[in-house]
Amino acid sequence: MHEKLLEIKDLSVEYETEISTVYAVNGLDLEVGYGETLGLVGETGAGKTSTALSVIRLLPEGIGFVTGGSITLDGVDMLAASEEKLRSMRGATASMIFQDPMSALNPVMTVGAQILEVLKIHHPEQSKKDLEARVDEMMELVGIPANRKEEYPHQFSGGMKQRIVIAIALACEPKLILADEPTTALDVTIQAQMLGLINDLQKRLGTAMILITHDLGVVAQTCEKVIVMYAGEAIEYGSAEDIFETDMRHPYTEGLFNAIPKLNEESARLEAIDGMMANPTVKIQGCRFADRCKHATERCRQKQEMREVSKGHIIRCCLYDRQQANV
Amino acid sequence: MMEKNKKSVLSRLRSSRIFRVMFGRKLIVVCSVMLVVMFLLAIFAPLAAPYDPNKDDLYNVLKGSTAEHLLGTDSNGRDVLSRIIYGGRISFTVGVVAVVISSVIGMALGLISGVIGGAVDTVIMRVMDAMMAVPMLILALFLGAILGQGLGNVCLAIGISMVPGYARITRGQVLTVRNADYVTAGTLCGGSWVRNTIVHVFPNCLSANIVTMTSSLGGAILAEANLSFLGMGISPPTASWGAMVSGGYKYLSTQPIIAIAPGVAIIIVVLCFNMVGDALRDALDPKLRGTLGKGRKREKQSRKGRDHYA
Repeated sequence: MHEKLLEIKDLSVEYETEISTVYAVNGLDLEVGYGETLGLVGETGAGKTSTALSVIRLLPEGIGFVTGGSITLDGVDMLAASEEKLRSMRGATASMIFQDPMSALNPVMTVGAQILEVLKIHHPEQSKKDLEARVDEMMELVGIPANRKEEYPHQFSGGMKQRIVIAIALACEPKLILADEPTTALDVTIQAQMLGLINDLQKRLGTAMILITHDLGVVAQTCEKVIVMYAGEAIEYGSAEDIFETDMRHPYTEGLFNAIPKLNEESARLEAIDGMMANPTVKIQGCRFADRCKHATERCRQKQEMREVSKGHIIRCCLYDRQQANV
Repeated sequence: MMEKNKKSVLSRLRSSRIFRVMFGRKLIVVCSVMLVVMFLLAIFAPLAAPYDPNKDDLYNVLKGSTAEHLLGTDSNGRDVLSRIIYGGRISFTVGVVAVVISSVIGMALGLISGVIGGAVDTVIMRVMDAMMAVPMLILALFLGAILGQGLGNVCLAIGISMVPGYARITRGQVLTVRNADYVTAGTLCGGSWVRNTIVHVFPNCLSANIVTMTSSLGGAILAEANLSFLGMGISPPTASWGAMVSGGYKYLSTQPIIAIAPGVAIIIVVLCFNMVGDALRDALDPKLRGTLGKGRKREKQSRKGRDHYA
């Protein structure tokens, strides 16, 4: 048995379009242990979803490509695995919760049949009765009475649909769940419910999770480890405490925290980070955030390495180099 | 006990909404009833028809409407009413069989074309375009001429000529459905693309095709009548509405009822199928759902208002 459930090393993902090449992920390293929860934070276009999709090799065919690095999931080299091997792992070893439950369910199938579908794929040897019993069990587990399994998705509310999606994702007891902004499409009260449910089930079933989000509050609530991504790079990595309860942060992470409206201060405007995300079609050598960074110096034009500022807390910024040198 | 009740109430509600939109208009009710009556007459033709449809009675040729022969007799003295009732069998058979043939082939081609894409898609769709460029009746005539007469061949000829419509509709649906999240989710659950196509893509393409099926039933019946009228369809003496019009139009000036009666039968059936097909589309279209009833009510109210002030 491997120590780590998922190991991503130096991953690069590119999208080929007719006009240009988009460098979505650039040399990302990532590790998830068994049963661990990792938060993947970043703004739109930071490469969070691309990372998740490449883990299960579902980048849009003919457009998205993994161009470098390695992905090892549960001891299997995902980049070298055959299509058949991948099929047997999808849903059983790793599964995904989509952002929008409204479109993630087939409108012409009953919800019970959709949960049954994934079970049928991975357990063809079991009798229909056993599988049906498992469907009932899954529905009860996510808090929906089993007698509603004959109903169609349109008869459920958004939150309940997301519960069904979670039930489908967990039906085969995967070791890893990739949750791609699972609460974005839901309103705030339901968000809290969903996060509670996911966390609870995760603990009960011992499932590891990568939670993709741009909501720092969600991360604080659920994750043990956090990776902050910017323009396809990991720029900060650490435990939730490292990032939330410290004054040593990457300037970008700092900017993200400043952008959260403060309840105890009077302010007319939200504080934003100036500028736009770096153009993803251009390969940049140095720090990708340099153009927007208040602390940027000439040194930022060089390639930046990850620097450990405290144990387990790593930041990709030369700012901390200098501070250490000065002290 | 409670569960059962709840479920049946729900399913009743669901079916009733489609039912309401569909049969909200009296005209559709009338059309449906007429179709059912015609269909039953065709099935129970031996019981319903007053005479043997193929029995010549040369003492009673070209009789007009009489008490014995409600719709008169044709040039061989055969009872026109009985022949119309028996002719319904041919019409409904051709309609249903041709629609089944065309929809099965068409939907399969559309699915293959939409799912596989690329060169396969181009080849299939260009062939469909070429078939569509030829008017359906000409195509059916051409196929009929190759295949020869007979019920089976007529069904096949009409069926094949209607394939392109289904193929195009299905392909269009596939293209919109195949990128939906739930299809990706299917792949994500470990389903192969074949399984995904069957379980997720195909069922979501059905509703548009069901509507086309109902409306093309009328088209197929009309095509059969046309082919029979032109002598390429059902061989005599089997009663077919098209052939009856063809045989009767020579006596249009003396005994018009011989040609007009089967003609009216064709018109009624085709019209009814088209009306019901239209209503079905309205009922199944999720975009129109609910708005239709309101719109009509408003229209009715404003009309009432107008009457009031007039």
